[in-house]
Amino acid sequence: MNYDQLLAPAAKAMRPSGIRKFFDLAADMPHCISLGVGEPDFKTPWSIRDAGIRSLEQGKTKYTANAGIKELRAEICRYLARRMDLEYQPENVLVTVGGSEAIDLTIRALVSPGDEVIIPEPCFVCYEPITQLTGGVPVPIATKAEDEFRLTPEALRAAITPRTKLLVLPFPNNPTGAVMDRDSLEAIAEVLRGTDIMVLSDEIYAELTYGLDRHVSIASLPGMKDRTIVVNGFSKAYAMTGWRLGYAVGPQPVIAVMTKIHQSCIMSAPTTSQYAAITALRSCDDEIEIMRDEYNRRRRYVVKALNDMGLTCFEPRGAFYVFPCIRVSGLTSEEFCERLLREQEVAIVPGDAFGASGEGFARISYAYSVDHLETAMRRIRRFLQEHGWLEEQK
Amino acid sequence: MEELLHILEKNARLPVEDIAAMLDKTPAEVAAMMDEAAEKGCIRGYEALIDWERAGVNLVEASIELHVSPRKSRGFDEIASVIASFDEVDSVLLMSGGYDLQVTVKGRSFQEIALFVAKRLSPLDDVLSTATSFVLRTYKRGGRLYQNEEADDRECTVL
Repeated sequence: MNYDQLLAPAAKAMRPSGIRKFFDLAADMPHCISLGVGEPDFKTPWSIRDAGIRSLEQGKTKYTANAGIKELRAEICRYLARRMDLEYQPENVLVTVGGSEAIDLTIRALVSPGDEVIIPEPCFVCYEPITQLTGGVPVPIATKAEDEFRLTPEALRAAITPRTKLLVLPFPNNPTGAVMDRDSLEAIAEVLRGTDIMVLSDEIYAELTYGLDRHVSIASLPGMKDRTIVVNGFSKAYAMTGWRLGYAVGPQPVIAVMTKIHQSCIMSAPTTSQYAAITALRSCDDEIEIMRDEYNRRRRYVVKALNDMGLTCFEPRGAFYVFPCIRVSGLTSEEFCERLLREQEVAIVPGDAFGASGEGFARISYAYSVDHLETAMRRIRRFLQEHGWLEEQK
Repeated sequence: MEELLHILEKNARLPVEDIAAMLDKTPAEVAAMMDEAAEKGCIRGYEALIDWERAGVNLVEASIELHVSPRKSRGFDEIASVIASFDEVDSVLLMSGGYDLQVTVKGRSFQEIALFVAKRLSPLDDVLSTATSFVLRTYKRGGRLYQNEEADDRECTVL
């Protein structure tokens, strides 16, 4: 069989993950320290796990309603009102297999061949391939370190054409840790008002922001709710990555079409996870705070450690990543990360894996224990020292 | 202050500079807070968690449940302090439930501990009875696993 000829061109054209070889390399190093993963190191809080177990004991092992258990959708609405200042009804909610499925459905429901999708980069890597699979055209916008990796209204305005269908707004951002505060969002909203452009606001890290201001959703700004699909989920806030549960909320006509697609290819999100998630939303606000405080301590520690060794990074205000500049080495991101891995056995992710504008940077996850981070920071420092790239601080 | 104590409880060897970064304070401020905590007696000491079995050192540990008769005016305090003053005793805790004091004792051999119980603890006037249980194996102590350390099995590269 000539599989090469058989495979669909659009699927074949999907870019393979540029860092696969990296992690294969790391897998063969028993003493390798990874700062590469993008998921919490915490276990799911016990009360949530217990709720999942109880649902199994009670034999709740069937499909649920396609859009998700009604009780869960109602609880999601209460949660969004309580913590995100967003007013939705259960019919505006679709429970999905992780935030990823919600992203996929949003793009598939809205984007036709030739439609342009604006994607601020560096960002999580799924928006571009999913857009391409629908025949849509990804239009990347490079965000810059000097703008604290925020999307600016000028850059957005310059990228808009008559074919623009959708703006992806991935904040708090993976990999940069950037957040969009209310004023920055208002400036973006002002560009969009009066157009037909929809917004996919990926707010999976909404609970992980650090500082005085809590996360602001663009859907909470005047006139924006009707054009915004908010994607969120349980993976990051409740350390529930393996449960595969997320959701989308938005205008009912869009959610209805997304539900139709979901019905055909997924049926319904995992039942056990849905029951567990009800408990998460009802009684785990405190657990979120405990985990966030811990992330925050690590974040401050890592930012200082990196800045002290001359890998400058702006202070990330969200998610659990730091995005230091590695240009002091004169290497490309990929060279830097590969040599760091080979010489000091520390795995971090080259910034260009998240879009061309990530070149010159690297992503470091701090979803690791302090002991683990300390060892990694020592090794990175030694790596810089041995190559004469360390700018000694007083 | 509470946050600082939680950090130290998990890892007392962190450099003051790193703790300062975590708490968004200066190293001098953190050092002053640590001094204050020590002066107030909030910090009772710093020690290492040692797996003696792995270090190849023979050490026997026992947990002793004691029934004692409390004194009219001083309750359990007097007898508890007497027991706490023995060097062999590692910890003394007043318990709710079926017995009064839980005493842990460390020694070089079973015999050494048995002799300590027989000759020093049991003869005390206020000690009514003792029940000694020896520690066979340590699985977790101070929040750390001693036998099967949990491996980080996160593999998924989320980009």
